[in-house]
Formats: sequence, structure tokens, C-alpha cells
Amino acid sequence: MNVFGLVIPDAAIDIAVLVLILLGAVLCLSAAVGLLHFRDVPSRLHAATKPQVLGVMLICLAIALAQRSVGGFLLGLALVAPIVLMQFATAPLSAHIVGRQAYRNGTSEERRLVVDELAESKQTPPAAG
Amino acid sequence: MSTVLMGVIVAVFGVAAILTLIRIIRGPSILDRAVASDVLLTEVMCVLGAEMAINGHTRNIPVLLIIAAVGVFGSISVARYVARRDNTTS
Repeated sequence: MNVFGLVIPDAAIDIAVLVLILLGAVLCLSAAVGLLHFRDVPSRLHAATKPQVLGVMLICLAIALAQRSVGGFLLGLALVAPIVLMQFATAPLSAHIVGRQAYRNGTSEERRLVVDELAESKQTPPAAG
Repeated sequence: MSTVLMGVIVAVFGVAAILTLIRIIRGPSILDRAVASDVLLTEVMCVLGAEMAINGHTRNIPVLLIIAAVGVFGSISVARYVARRDNTTS
């Protein structure tokens, strides 16, 4: 790879790609450990949403970097940008709906909440999901 | 160096998937299972992307795009039709 006259050997690019993938894998592992460790649904959601955005971003960066040329890197970035944008759009959506349902279900531990701003809207209308 | 890194990557992905499966099996309420299966789906995406980056091709990108687009509907529909108060022990 030749970046403005600076020649980067292919072996260094391979190591960088593998390190990026390893970071993404460690984020997946942290989400799994958090799922096992935390005790109610909102805390588990907190752990679960880490690899959904940052992990996928790192893996997509690795995909683009694995093309081993500047043009390939830019083309790879253009290819993976829709995936990352889609994750940005949909990860908060599912987390919001699951968290709201967990609150209405009584699955969250209400004794340990510091602020409960949804307390007065506990009675949900029948059609509100 | 890269062989060691690749082994570590495979081990980390495997352990993460096994721990997520344990939560899917044990999880007391169905929302725990929905969250855990979302995480498992994200791990599948990460593994597909890692395979692409390691082997240096871009054939899996449509699969990643489709999973990122429609994977959200699983947990949304589970959360929408879950019972208003299902019995959770522990």
C-alpha cells in the first residue's frame, strides 16, 4: 500500500487487519460476559449494544483495510458504509422497544432505580404495544 | 504472528457464542432471550465480516447488509407481542 509516497508493507496491513478483527471479537466477548453477569433486562441491553455498533464498525474497517491498496480501501469503505449506517439506524430501535417492554413487564429491578421518570405512565393504553 | 492472532480470534468468537447460547437457554424471561439472540446475530455478522477480511474477498457484503437491515425485526416483534407481565422466577 502506497499512501502519499509512504510505502506500508503487506505484512503490516495483515497484522492491522487481524488486530481490528480481534478488537471486534473482544467486544462480542464482552457483550456475552455482560449478558451472563448482569441481572435484569435493561442492564443486559446495556452490555448487548456494545458490539452491535462498535464491533461491526471495527470489522467493517478491517474489511476495507484488507483490500491492500488505497483505491481498494476507499471502495471497501463505500461498500461497508451502508452496513454501518443500517446498524446505526436499527440498533437503538430494537433496544428502545425491548427496554420499554421490560419496564412495563416489571422485569427491571425497580428498587435499584435512582430516577423513575416513567412511573406516572405505568398504566399503558391497550393498543400501545 | 498472524497464525497466533487468528487462533485467538477464533477462540474469542467461539467463547462469546457459547456464553451467549448459555444466556439464551437459561434466560428467565423471553426478553432476555430476545436480547441474547440479538447479540448472537451480531456475532454472526462479525464472523462473516472477519472471514471476508481474512480471506481478502468481498462476497459476503450483501449478506451483511441484509442481516443488518432485517435482523432488528426479530427482537421488535418478540417485544411487541410479549405478554404484559410474564412470570419471571429469579
